[in-house]
Amino acid sequence: MAEKGDKAKAMAGGTDILVQLRADRFRIERLVDVKGVPEMMEISYSKKDGLTLGAAVPCYKVYENKEIAKAYPGLYDSASLIGGIQIQSRASIGGNLCNAAPSGDAIPTLIAYQAIANIQGPKGKRSVPAEQFCTGPGKNILEPGELLVSLKFPAPKAGTGANYLRFIPRNEMDIAVAGAGVSVVLANGAIASARIALASVAPTPVLATEAMQYLAGKAPTDEHVERAAELAKKAAKPITDMRGTIEQRIHLTGVLTKRALRTAISRAKEA
Amino acid sequence: MNTKTLVSCKINDTDTDFLCEPRQSLLECLRDVLSLTGSKEGCNDGNCGACTVILDGRIVDSCLVLGVEAQGKQIITIEGIATAEGLHPLQQAFLEQAALQCGICTPGFIVAAKGLLDREPKADEHRIRHWLAGNLCRCTGYDKIVRAVLQAEEMQAKKK
Ligand SMILES: Cc1cc2nc3c(=O)[nH]c(=O)nc-3n(C[C@H](O)[C@H](O)[C@H](O)COP(=O)(O)OP(=O)(O)OC[C@H]3O[C@@H](n4cnc5c(N)ncnc54)[C@H](O)[C@@H]3O)c2cc1C
Ligand code: FES
Ligand code: FES
Repeated sequence: MAEKGDKAKAMAGGTDILVQLRADRFRIERLVDVKGVPEMMEISYSKKDGLTLGAAVPCYKVYENKEIAKAYPGLYDSASLIGGIQIQSRASIGGNLCNAAPSGDAIPTLIAYQAIANIQGPKGKRSVPAEQFCTGPGKNILEPGELLVSLKFPAPKAGTGANYLRFIPRNEMDIAVAGAGVSVVLANGAIASARIALASVAPTPVLATEAMQYLAGKAPTDEHVERAAELAKKAAKPITDMRGTIEQRIHLTGVLTKRALRTAISRAKEA
Repeated sequence: MNTKTLVSCKINDTDTDFLCEPRQSLLECLRDVLSLTGSKEGCNDGNCGACTVILDGRIVDSCLVLGVEAQGKQIITIEGIATAEGLHPLQQAFLEQAALQCGICTPGFIVAAKGLLDREPKADEHRIRHWLAGNLCRCTGYDKIVRAVLQAEEMQAKKK
């Protein structure tokens, strides 16, 4: 990889990169299959240390893992939404993040869970929070020769719940017109903290910070959830394209945030 | 870049070696190198499922797998679905339910459905529809396909 610089690319499941290469989106001299690297295929979870998810682990291994499904329901949601079964046999969460599509269905979830991207390159290792990873549509912070090795999810605190929801025109297999990934931590009957990350409403996934700050310390009531959803709409700076208009996307952001918060809260109560 | 790689794998339970270019998809290798033309190319970008094969027990779109990735793997294609005794229950049921018109999508549907029945022989209609969402059919409207899969489940259950 280092030798070919930006003429080399990594491939995990290939469900983005093979399509892009075939469409002549760019030309490269070397494609490196990272699935052969053991760290890239690692899944290790413990209640104390949380989850380390290798960058190339395919989605089905995430959602078929009962421990992960229980500890990180938002991750389960994202992994089971990406493509159909054939795609899920191959597509990875790491590839979804590296591809950095504004609509990437795993990215808001990574941000909501405060996942850390473990990166390795010719100059050594570094770790970057998921919300800083994407820098523009299809662009990420990786330098030439750098690879995403794994994603580290902190152990969920007691009373954590999460959910990812998206809106697509079809029932399955489509690109999100808007998406919301949220996590909440309940303590002593109140929302101790909340995170809300939005997809498809800006060049990169964004945090709805105002809504997050509003929820901290509030009771988990519908009234507060609705107010937070209104505030989340302010963080959405979408464009109009063939999939949806600005107005529709802002409206959807509110609806999805509200529903995702409700589900996350009820999951937190059961957790 | 154009030097060919030797790939050794098992296709439909037969040890197979083939030469492929690094850029060739598994679908191209199956069809153009190995003359296994049952797997179809619909879209060549992962949307239609016509190229579905079973790779180490998981259904994948062979257009989105590189030929070189087959090294050491087990692959089942539509050509490997029928048994020594005759048609697979899925094939029989697709015929009986008239679950095909032009037939381009059929190999993909049958291989994908086999991937489901091998794991979940009693999948209900909802599960079948969800599982087959990665397969497109422009002719039949899906109902007959789903009915055929349900019938195949019954046929399999009776056989046992
Ligand atoms: C039919 C179809 C349906 C789809 N549906 C959805 C959907 O519903 N939601 C959604 O979000 N996406 C969807 N996608 C897009 C794609 O499947 C996902 O983005 C998937 O998560 C990509 O993962 P991958 O492992 O296949 O990535 P790859 O294609 O292997 O890689 C993607 C990009 O990341 C880079 N990369 C991969 N691994 C690394 C690494 N370890 N280090 C550095 N760079 C790396 C590659 O160079 C490439 O640029 C769909 C794609 C298809 C073809
Ligand atoms: S040809 Fe492979 S999915 Fe359409
Ligand atoms: S029978 Fe023609 S596409 Fe399905």
